[in-house]
Amino acid sequence: MSMAHEITAGFMPLFDSAVLVAAGEMGFAAREGIELKLQRETSWANIRDRIAIGHFDVAHMLGPMPLACSLGLTPLASETIVPFSLGLGGNCVTVSNAVWDGMTARGASPDLDPARAGAALGALIRERAGAGSEPLRFAVVHPHSGHNYELRYWLAACGIDPDREIEVVIVPPPFMADALAAGRIDGYCVGEPWNSAAVAAGTGQIVTVKALLWRNSPEKVIGVRKVWAEENPDALAALLRALHHSARWCQDPANRGELAALMARPDFLGQPAAIQMPALTGRLQLGGGVERNVEDFFLPFDKAANFPWKSHALWFYTQMVRWGQLPHTPQNLAIARDCYRPDLYRSALKPLGVALPGANAKVEGALKTATPVGSAGASLVLGPDGFFDGQIFDPDRVDAYIAGQKRA
Amino acid sequence: MSAGSLTILVVDENRIRASIIEAGLRDAGHLEVTVVHDVAGIAKRIAEIEPDVIVIDLENPNRDMLENMFQLSRAVKRPIAMFVDRSDQASIEAAVDAGVSAYVVDGLKKERIKPILDMAISRFNAFSRMARELEEARSELENRKVIDRAKGILMKSRGLSEEAAYALLRKTAMNQNRKIADIAQSLVTAAGLLGPLEGE
Repeated sequence: MSMAHEITAGFMPLFDSAVLVAAGEMGFAAREGIELKLQRETSWANIRDRIAIGHFDVAHMLGPMPLACSLGLTPLASETIVPFSLGLGGNCVTVSNAVWDGMTARGASPDLDPARAGAALGALIRERAGAGSEPLRFAVVHPHSGHNYELRYWLAACGIDPDREIEVVIVPPPFMADALAAGRIDGYCVGEPWNSAAVAAGTGQIVTVKALLWRNSPEKVIGVRKVWAEENPDALAALLRALHHSARWCQDPANRGELAALMARPDFLGQPAAIQMPALTGRLQLGGGVERNVEDFFLPFDKAANFPWKSHALWFYTQMVRWGQLPHTPQNLAIARDCYRPDLYRSALKPLGVALPGANAKVEGALKTATPVGSAGASLVLGPDGFFDGQIFDPDRVDAYIAGQKRA
Repeated sequence: MSAGSLTILVVDENRIRASIIEAGLRDAGHLEVTVVHDVAGIAKRIAEIEPDVIVIDLENPNRDMLENMFQLSRAVKRPIAMFVDRSDQASIEAAVDAGVSAYVVDGLKKERIKPILDMAISRFNAFSRMARELEEARSELENRKVIDRAKGILMKSRGLSEEAAYALLRKTAMNQNRKIADIAQSLVTAAGLLGPLEGE
């Protein structure tokens, strides 16, 4: 059977590629007339290169990555836009058993509380510095990643300077648990299942989670080559509808078993179904036999999880500025704002008659409880979306937010 | 360092491919070539070697780590950019197609780097071709084995001659528009499921 559209999509073997993978494998793409060719990759650099030269039309990307591409921060830069978000949350911070012992001796308890864990880590870091020890080394997956920014945000809010008091290195997600076990790193921030993997191996402790650092915060997105999007508006709209149906299917608890079995296949995530369950249920083993249930741990669909909020793009932008990755200029700000495209999301989904946010941006951190919002007809619930330190990010006041950011 | 010779680091977990690249570089007169198979401790090696050019295979999952190191690490004294020249789109595409990426220190002239990248691309392509041919030869051998087994099953169970058994396989394959090896594999599988027909 010949399809109306053929789309090639790159992805990394991470659980949050699920919405894209299921779109291709569970028939959602085919129902929209798309032959979706999924190609697994080995690095974000490869995804960036292959989208830049047109091997891929779209790809599973780190939320800040299309910004970095469009802002020219990467070696092979190309204009990349974001018409769809692949979910909210899903990451944890995991430390070695030795660091955890040091943290518990300084007041940490296995409750995932970011402020308490951060205070204990800060005390440990300062004592180690006083004793002349090497700084602790934390790994993230990429410099332009939610992981890098949320780890740094957490540390800085707890009075730890991530540039001076620890070392931040890059390690590919599947190698994190091994690197921790081998003592090459002391902790890391990564998506699931690579935190649960260290806990299962008995070599790591989950100390906090993205959902508690900034609840319902952005993570992976669908990055689209801008030129392709402009030349193929119908194919893109069909893809966004397929992704929408796929995301709804992924969110449904009734499909958890089937989704985990799909992702377990060696050509996708290639990890046992059992170790994917924490991401799906929010029930995490923290280490030492302690289990915690995290609300909104990872949302592939609910809470408007797929809407590409411009306020998410702008928050990533403020963190790029904060950590010296680029200067804050009106031009750069405009590029960041134009990178996320809620207009494309809205126009593609309008025919479905589903609930759509009316605004393109929102004040992040303002919703203390789950809040129904007025949208195009149907009901939609947003939030809570608080930062753990009570800060508010108003996308209309970017200058003030950047000026008020401390390095530690 | 002589005017024509550059210091080159090749990072490739595939030892055979790495040595093919290395040989090509030496043939081209580049004598300062270092090959690294494992990225553990690579920052230190880079600090020691101070390479002008770094060649990495695209399948290496550590590219993100390496790129970050090139941009930030104190071990890398000179900034390292990617590829020859951003404007040289054809070269970039050829490199990504071949599965190789190259990083060069800022300020090196394009004319000096281009031959190195071209050589790496052609050697990567040659290696892929070789690997593909090897794979084809291997699967050809496998096919022949499975066809022989299927012929044996037919000869034994239906009392056919070897030629007749092969003709039957071929006719079935043609009728079903499939490969003889596929028909043979189905027969061998079915025979295995149905019991000790094949067993001696």
